[in-house]
Formats: sequence, C-alpha cells, structure tokens
Amino acid sequence: MIEQYLPVFIVLGIAIIFGIATVLSSTIFGPQRPTSEKLSTYESGMKPVGTTHERVSIKYYLVTMLFIIFDLEVIFVYPWAVQFKKLFHEFGISAFISMFVFLVVFEIGYLYVYKKGGFKWD
Amino acid sequence: MGLEAKLTQDGFLATKLDAILAWSRKSSVWPMPMGISCCAIEMMAAADPKYDIARFGSEVMRFTPRQCDLMLVAGTVTYKMSHVVRKIYDQMPDPKWVIAMGACTSTGGMYRSYPVVQGIDQFLPVDIYVAGCPPRPDNLLNALIQLQEKIGRTKARDFQNKPLPELNIIQNN
Repeated sequence: MIEQYLPVFIVLGIAIIFGIATVLSSTIFGPQRPTSEKLSTYESGMKPVGTTHERVSIKYYLVTMLFIIFDLEVIFVYPWAVQFKKLFHEFGISAFISMFVFLVVFEIGYLYVYKKGGFKWD
Repeated sequence: MGLEAKLTQDGFLATKLDAILAWSRKSSVWPMPMGISCCAIEMMAAADPKYDIARFGSEVMRFTPRQCDLMLVAGTVTYKMSHVVRKIYDQMPDPKWVIAMGACTSTGGMYRSYPVVQGIDQFLPVDIYVAGCPPRPDNLLNALIQLQEKIGRTKARDFQNKPLPELNIIQNN
C-alpha cells in the first residue's frame, strides 16, 4: 500500500530540494551590496511619510456596525417579497406577521441607535 | 558578500561557474516595468501572445524593485519623475541592468523643454537604447536579446566591486 505512494514522496522530495536550492543559490552566488537607499522602504519611489499604524476614526466602526442592521434586513426581505404570493397562499396571514415580527426586532435596534445619536456624524 | 568574491582566478571551476551564472541570469531577466508614458503601451504589447516576451524568459513583470534585474524605462522622464526612477533603480538588488526605451527616454525626444530630462543616461547607467517613437515591440525584443548577449559575457566577479553610479547634478534640480 505504502509503496504506491513512493512516486509522490519522490516528487515531494525533489520539489523541496529544488525550492531550497534555488533560494540558497541566489544568496550564495548573488552579489550583496546593501546601501541605505536600497534598504529603505519601497513606496513607489516616493519618500515614505507618516506611520504604518494609521489610526482610523471610530466613526468607521460605527458605520460598519450600522451597515449590518440594514444589510440583514435587505437580505431577508428581498427573497420574502419575491416569494410573498406563494407564501401567502400557503401560510395565510402568518407569512406577513412573521416577517413583521422580524422587522420589529430590527426596528428596536434602529431606534436604539437613533436615540443614542449614532446617525450624527460630526 | 557572495561566494563569487572569492572567484578571482580563471580556474576551470571559476569559468564554469561564471558560465552557469551568466546563463541563468540572462535566461530569466525579470523586468521592472517603469512605464511612464506611451511607450508603455508598446511594452505591454511585447508581453501579449503575438510578440510574447515569455519566449525569452522575461514575462514576469514585477511591480516591486526587490525582485527585478532589469529596469525598463518606457516613456518621457521629467525632472520631477527622475528622482522616483532613480530611487527605484537604487532599490533594485544587484546585478541590474537598464533599457532606455524610446526616443524620449534616450534623448528627451521631441520634448526639448525645461521639465524633461534630455536622456536618462544623465542619472542612470543605461545598457541598451531602443530607437523609435514609440519603438515597435519587436524592437524591444531585439533590445532584450542584445541585453541577454551582454549579460552572457559577464563574469560573476564583475559585480562585486562595481562602483555605484554617482548621484548626478540632476538630483539637485
């Protein structure tokens, strides 16, 4: 059983050796002449300005959280609206009420955000 | 310093190693596409299936200088841009070569005016100049073949003590 996998291991071994050999040979044979310019950060030829750990305003976080409310609403309401006729035939008025309950839960979240002043951007 | 710094004599091993290194260098010249203006369109055409720069092992256009051997300057270089071009050239690892593609890059071309560098050889060591405005893709391929011949003649120790090109007066403009 294990002999059947021998070619796989041979190929794997060759691949590993080839990978190591190519990387090693470039460090062994390549001329290494580091200069301060060469070691500096690559910023498309410009001088790098500022820090890499850029701070993001908390509003961005707020927007993404609010997006979830409306996004979930849309995801569920669209298929429901498309299939509404069929659902109404099958389940009667409860097809409407169950979605209404779902929306009310979301509206509570929406009211909470509104009350907290989450939509005031400045 | 690499091993090749020790290969200072023309022994059998040294010459064989030189040949192998030169062959591997010339067979995979990875260009840094410095496409500044319209010559870059012809440079892109050289990479398409019709002209197919991959036949010469140069299809891997890297948009970072860290992985490139060849700087392919294609387009009009202004004084403002010259700093950028020079910095990217400086950030490429040795050994490295430069092709000046097109009339503007080589001599300033029709832009005989104050913002345009009259030939990038004022601040870069150019190996091959390609004529044309813009040059046809086959012209670029011809330049690549000539560069490969030039790389094939190099010895490994040539790059060890090669002086870095000096910062020209152009950098103070």
